[in-house]
Amino acid sequence: MTTTDTRTETTAVAPSRGARFTGAAANYIDERTSISGLVKEVGRKIFPDHWSFMLGEVALYSFVVILLSGTFLTFFFHASMTPMEYQGSYLPLKGIEMSSAMSSTLDISFDIRGGLLMRQVHHWAALLFVASIGLHMLRVFFTGAYRKPREINWAIGFVLFILALAEGFTGYSLPDDLLSGNGLRIIDGLIKGLPIVGTWISYLLFGGEFPGTDIVSRLFTLHILLLPAILVAALGVHLLLLIINKHTQFAGPGKTNDNVVGSPIMPVFAAKAGGFFFIVFGVITLIAATVTINPIWTYGPYDPSPVSAGTQPDWYIGFADGALRLVPSGWEFMLGNFTVSMNIIAPVLVLGLFIVVVLIYPFIEAWITGDKREHHIADRPRNAPTRTAIGAAGVTFYAVLWAAASSDLIGTHFHVGIEDVIRTLQVLLILGPIIAFVVTKRICLGLMKKDREIALHGFESGRIVRLPGGEYIEVHEQLSEYERWKLTSFTEYTPLMIRPNAKGKISAAQRVRAGLSSWFFEDRISPVSGTDIERSHDSGH
Amino acid sequence: MAQHDDGVATPGGDPVPEAQNTAAGSAIQKAVPYEVSPGTAVVRTDNIPNPGFPPHRERQTDLDPKKDKRAERQVTSLFYLSIVGSVFAVAAYIAFPIIPGDMGSVRLNTLLLGLGITLGLLGIGIGAVHWAKQLMRGDELVESRHGTRGSDTTRARAVEIFTLGNQESGFGRRSLIRNSLIGALVLTPIPAVALFRDLAPAEDPVPLLQHTMWKKGTRLTRDPSGTPIKAEDVTIGSAFHVIPEGLNDEEDRLEEKAKAAVLLMRLKPEDLNVSAGKETWNYDGIVAYSKICTHVGCPVALYEQQTHHLLCPCHQSQFDMKHEAKVIFGPAKRPLPQLPITVDSEGYLVARSDFHEPVGPSFWEREL
Ligand code: FES
Repeated sequence: MTTTDTRTETTAVAPSRGARFTGAAANYIDERTSISGLVKEVGRKIFPDHWSFMLGEVALYSFVVILLSGTFLTFFFHASMTPMEYQGSYLPLKGIEMSSAMSSTLDISFDIRGGLLMRQVHHWAALLFVASIGLHMLRVFFTGAYRKPREINWAIGFVLFILALAEGFTGYSLPDDLLSGNGLRIIDGLIKGLPIVGTWISYLLFGGEFPGTDIVSRLFTLHILLLPAILVAALGVHLLLLIINKHTQFAGPGKTNDNVVGSPIMPVFAAKAGGFFFIVFGVITLIAATVTINPIWTYGPYDPSPVSAGTQPDWYIGFADGALRLVPSGWEFMLGNFTVSMNIIAPVLVLGLFIVVVLIYPFIEAWITGDKREHHIADRPRNAPTRTAIGAAGVTFYAVLWAAASSDLIGTHFHVGIEDVIRTLQVLLILGPIIAFVVTKRICLGLMKKDREIALHGFESGRIVRLPGGEYIEVHEQLSEYERWKLTSFTEYTPLMIRPNAKGKISAAQRVRAGLSSWFFEDRISPVSGTDIERSHDSGH
Repeated sequence: MAQHDDGVATPGGDPVPEAQNTAAGSAIQKAVPYEVSPGTAVVRTDNIPNPGFPPHRERQTDLDPKKDKRAERQVTSLFYLSIVGSVFAVAAYIAFPIIPGDMGSVRLNTLLLGLGITLGLLGIGIGAVHWAKQLMRGDELVESRHGTRGSDTTRARAVEIFTLGNQESGFGRRSLIRNSLIGALVLTPIPAVALFRDLAPAEDPVPLLQHTMWKKGTRLTRDPSGTPIKAEDVTIGSAFHVIPEGLNDEEDRLEEKAKAAVLLMRLKPEDLNVSAGKETWNYDGIVAYSKICTHVGCPVALYEQQTHHLLCPCHQSQFDMKHEAKVIFGPAKRPLPQLPITVDSEGYLVARSDFHEPVGPSFWEREL
């Protein structure tokens, strides 16, 4: 059966008026922009399909929603800390002194039709934005989609993640309510704890002593101008590289490292992705219409004195807050006359190290494997046990920090002392990742072994037959070659053998690399080869 | 069955040409005729061959014209639904205005407007996806990848361009020019950095952080009303949130409050463990401590009467009020600074002096 791919059907009928108009318009534009070249290049680019590939799309679309709703909000928001008496229509706060920022946020919520909706769309979209970036990064990590040639795009994506966090935090601080003010107070304390420059950075940032009268307008400029500008630029490069590198795909029959299998941009992918944008937008709007988020009117304006227990920052700040909570007592010390706030520096360093490792991980792995080939087939997580285990350890580490941010709620919820919760989490922060690593690696290897079994001998059908000799066997159902291909097509690595270099020496770097390499690849299960299959057929019946 | 979009037809079910013996992770050999190291990857010669694309499975809508028609109707209806939603949103905007002071109207406006917009968006979204999945051409297409690296000629030309640029400008040769340019470029941002100095006032921050509004004789007043507190009002076990008298009239009210907020409580005098030199700092068991946490500055607001522990809600540092607010748990290191107090002639609590050390979060120059 052979089909010829006839993409265009030529018809002899004279073009309709609509077609003539489209043709003329296209001609007009092309004669001025040569855009047909672009259409030719990218119009039929192929995008592979998998649910996990949509996480990045969710991030992209929620960002668009953020831009749209945020623009609406800027038309009404006053980024000023000038004190004023609230005279809007929310009665419980009438006559209370607050900043113009807070007052205008209340006006958006209670005096402008759709204002509250837009605020909540903006906030929910922001939460979704950060969450989807996080999940997208996990997907890329666990499938090894950051390998050559995509290491740089991983780094750019990482920058986007940091920018998203910064956008989230600056935006959260703008209404100048009690909760966000408290968040800023913590930031102020955190900055002041940094050695040598801390006091001055805080002083300059806040335009004097905390809280000052400048911080909201400064954060506003960052939030709506500087950060989005960098974000959009980085996003552009991210997407451009995506087009240049083409998307990865999972192994499957017919799919190779040298092709992309999926839907063309025009029309299927465009319709799916465009439709998906509307779905994401619609779902965010639905949540915003029905679920209140950040009800600043119940918190009241910022005041350095009151605070309520059990208030939580936005979820993505949690890990940093948790890190601050897990520092044991007494880490601050004096260095001569200077105060060294180790209780602040240590968590900052640990988090800094954590994100730096996330950033450079692709380069480390590339160095260990020494594999300079391009990789376009996404790994199944089980087929890279050590990487998957490292990822699981990282996720556990993050999760413990995140849980620590709710240590008080955990304590009251489970009726245990806060001290016990903190101590348990301190232990878990160290042990958790180790356990997660070991367990995950075991599970991966177990799954690989199973896959190998199935690829060689088929899967158990549950049907028992009696052989003429009297023995019972379970019938194994063989896989189709398509199913088998999915289980057998992955790359195997061996530990690096140390070899002396040209001068007959073994460098320290080489030793480290060999050490890491054996840690990575010592335990491994080989993919089933053609020889294996033949052998199993010979020994089988 | 998948097809090459560049017009190359492939026999259904048979391996596509380049798929043969090309396992996942193999080098790109077709597009870029150069070999790169596979590192420690195992390169086998006996890989199972890629079986090629499985036969294409037709969708219901491909096989059954009725189903095709029905899907078409569904897509159209979804798009119409979207129109209804958008119109409804505008109607809700007008028909359910916000009545000042009425929270219910705000909620209703938000809800109905939001639902209308949701319908408008989801109608398009679900319709478009449904269209793509059911009605648009459904078989997968194949596109070849090419190595990311530019071709050898392209790269040679790029090198040549840089070489020409270097030769024609003399960038490498005229080291004097080059080095002085680099020097100049390094220095140009410096004025920009200097410009930021005036983000904050001219004063040095350290002395500001070392002092608060409290002075000898400043009355302790209730937060936020500002009414003074008599010693006898402070019963055992009670705690007061305190600000210095006159704070509410200050120009920089919040900045002062962020340093001067105090927590006042009375313990049994015998419960207090007073260190040498601080005997006169409490008044008959009434003690005043800075309310600003020595960790990163949250207000320490939760007082447990039985244990006399003060808990910071931010990161759970706990301070023992019986032992001069020393830290018994949590990341904070230093005790909360104590404000020395006494009573004035009218029996109102007053400060004996300012705090004897900076309040709030630690900073590098704190002990200077
Ligand atoms: S601010 Fe009080 S414990 Fe962190």
